Amino acid sequence: MNWTWFHRLASPPSFFRFAERFAPWFGGLGLLLLLVAWYGGLVLAPADYQQKDAFRIIYVHVPAAAVSLSLYIAMAVCGAITLIWRMKLAECVLVAIAPVGASFTALALLTGMLWGKPMWGAYWVWDARLTAELVLLFLYLGVVGLNGAFDDPRTAARACGLLAIVGAVNVPIVHYSVVWWNSLHQGSTILKFGKPNISASMAWPLYAGLLGTYLWCGYAVLRRAQNELLLRERGTRWVREMGTELAGTADVC
Amino acid sequence: MPLLIAEQLTVLRGDRALLRDFDLQLAPGELLHLRGANGVGKTSLLETLAGLRRAGGGRLRWASDDALPHWLGHRNGLNLQLSAVENLRFWCGINGVPAAGIDAALARMKLPPRARLRSCRLLSAGQKRRTALARLLLQPRAVWLLDEPLDGLDVDGLALFAELVGEHLQAGGAVLMTSHQPLPAPLFASERLL
Amino acid sequence: MSALVALFARELKLAARARTEWLMPPLFFVIVVTLFGFGVRPNDPQLAAFAPAILWVGALLAALLSLERLYRSDQEDGTLEQLLVSPTSLTFAVFIKSLAHWLLSGLPLVLLAAPLAAMLGFPSALLTPLVVGLALGTPCLSFIGGFVAALTVGLPRGGALLPVLVLPLIVPVVIFGAGAVRASGQGLDASAPLYFLAAILMFTLTVLPWLAAAALRNAFE
Repeated sequence: MNWTWFHRLASPPSFFRFAERFAPWFGGLGLLLLLVAWYGGLVLAPADYQQKDAFRIIYVHVPAAAVSLSLYIAMAVCGAITLIWRMKLAECVLVAIAPVGASFTALALLTGMLWGKPMWGAYWVWDARLTAELVLLFLYLGVVGLNGAFDDPRTAARACGLLAIVGAVNVPIVHYSVVWWNSLHQGSTILKFGKPNISASMAWPLYAGLLGTYLWCGYAVLRRAQNELLLRERGTRWVREMGTELAGTADVC
Repeated sequence: MPLLIAEQLTVLRGDRALLRDFDLQLAPGELLHLRGANGVGKTSLLETLAGLRRAGGGRLRWASDDALPHWLGHRNGLNLQLSAVENLRFWCGINGVPAAGIDAALARMKLPPRARLRSCRLLSAGQKRRTALARLLLQPRAVWLLDEPLDGLDVDGLALFAELVGEHLQAGGAVLMTSHQPLPAPLFASERLL
Repeated sequence: MSALVALFARELKLAARARTEWLMPPLFFVIVVTLFGFGVRPNDPQLAAFAPAILWVGALLAALLSLERLYRSDQEDGTLEQLLVSPTSLTFAVFIKSLAHWLLSGLPLVLLAAPLAAMLGFPSALLTPLVVGLALGTPCLSFIGGFVAALTVGLPRGGALLPVLVLPLIVPVVIFGAGAVRASGQGLDASAPLYFLAAILMFTLTVLPWLAAAALRNAFE
């Protein structure tokens, strides 16, 4: 297998150029898809016969929850790459993911709570998925906090990598422990939605929203990673050359 | 056969490369005095050679695969709650050497018998330094990496240090050290400016 | 072998020198549980229902108290550097230190749990799952906490960060530990959650010392 593309991408300047070229596409397409999905979900889709209009929050909630988990896994993978190959790019991506992931986790929690009020009659129910999401938020905040506490960015990124890996192992354990914990619950029965056959007019905005959110996350992570990379490589030749290049074009304008 | 060879070593501090393509050889009986301005990377180089800090590139070769250097940095490696004897006994256990030599080593460093049993918190800076140097006597290791070992030593301590290093070199060991003050009298070091 | 003895002897000696440090966690545990008692009306039967949660959270918070100091002095006085240039592996040293932490601050909490449970009006039939759960869960905390202490060792604000990083990681331990008590209170078999705890313990024992050693090395650089 030919790995040159990988090595080329892993070098900071070529990643920067890659991100510079593709980030606008990620952002633009993501935004477009999100707008279409929201229009489809909030306007076109019919109201649920049981949940009425309240179900429409899934068009924000489900993508946010999916992204929050995926980003955590991506962060742990970056952590492993950081620790094993000491790749600077992976460090930047790891550090870039943490706040984005934390925001989407918070969004998923918030929308989950808002959804819970009409469905369960309470903003907070100690439901397995909601609780696991809360622990995920703590894990993200731990990585963000740990990263901020170090002076040296490389030491910080490696420490965060270790924490992210332990956290990634912890997430499924938390999930199953919470499921088990809920199975002990005998008092009030939690309202189960079941899985009704979701009609096509309800489903397509959800898929569009999912894809849009993923693309938007990709955009946010790429841009943050670019910033992080510039900050760390500010002394190197390629950054300075790019700086003079940009200054040159600015003069022409 | 040199005891330690460093080839094209890159010494990192955080993200910055302090030294690039640094070559060094330590032969038996050699005393090398690293000199250079503050911040040039003397301590980082010693830490890299000791294996505490990861090198950014290059190779390190020791005379044998399981060779470990003696390392003495700014920090003495002495727990302040424990006495000199207790500290050294711990290090004997960690390094797998018999603890019988502790008293002789401390006597050699002229640490008064009463001070040996006092917790290290109560010792003077020079006495702590002497205790830390006594650790070097407990186990023979061919290469000594010493970062400012003369800090805190009085005139008598300096003479003792010169004696120890002299003997170590005679026995075929090598010493790589930094010091901002001139080395005590009988020692003759080759110098390396960074 | 000599390294094992040396590490253990040193931890015990240090604990004996600074006795207040190691008496603090059990005392803290007792005070927390007592305050819960004062927080409700006298002899409130509800206290017994919450006893597993109170005891578990109290024990974990108490054990957290002494974690921050686990590597701090070793890093400040240069002991870690010397360990790195010694033939003893850092992973092994980390393992022994975490184990010593459990012996000194986790085990007393396990032993205290039974009398404190009695204070809360906890039915004595449920003592076995409580104590067994704590005996399996507190070492998890010592090892998870040891890992986090290693991550934050050189940091000026490490003390404040430590609980934030540890608590999400010990959620499953609390759930299974307190859940075992509740399960047997409901007449169910408590062995499943206890086995889960044992599995988590085995995992932390084998993997985390290794990661903690990596974190300590990283902190040095």
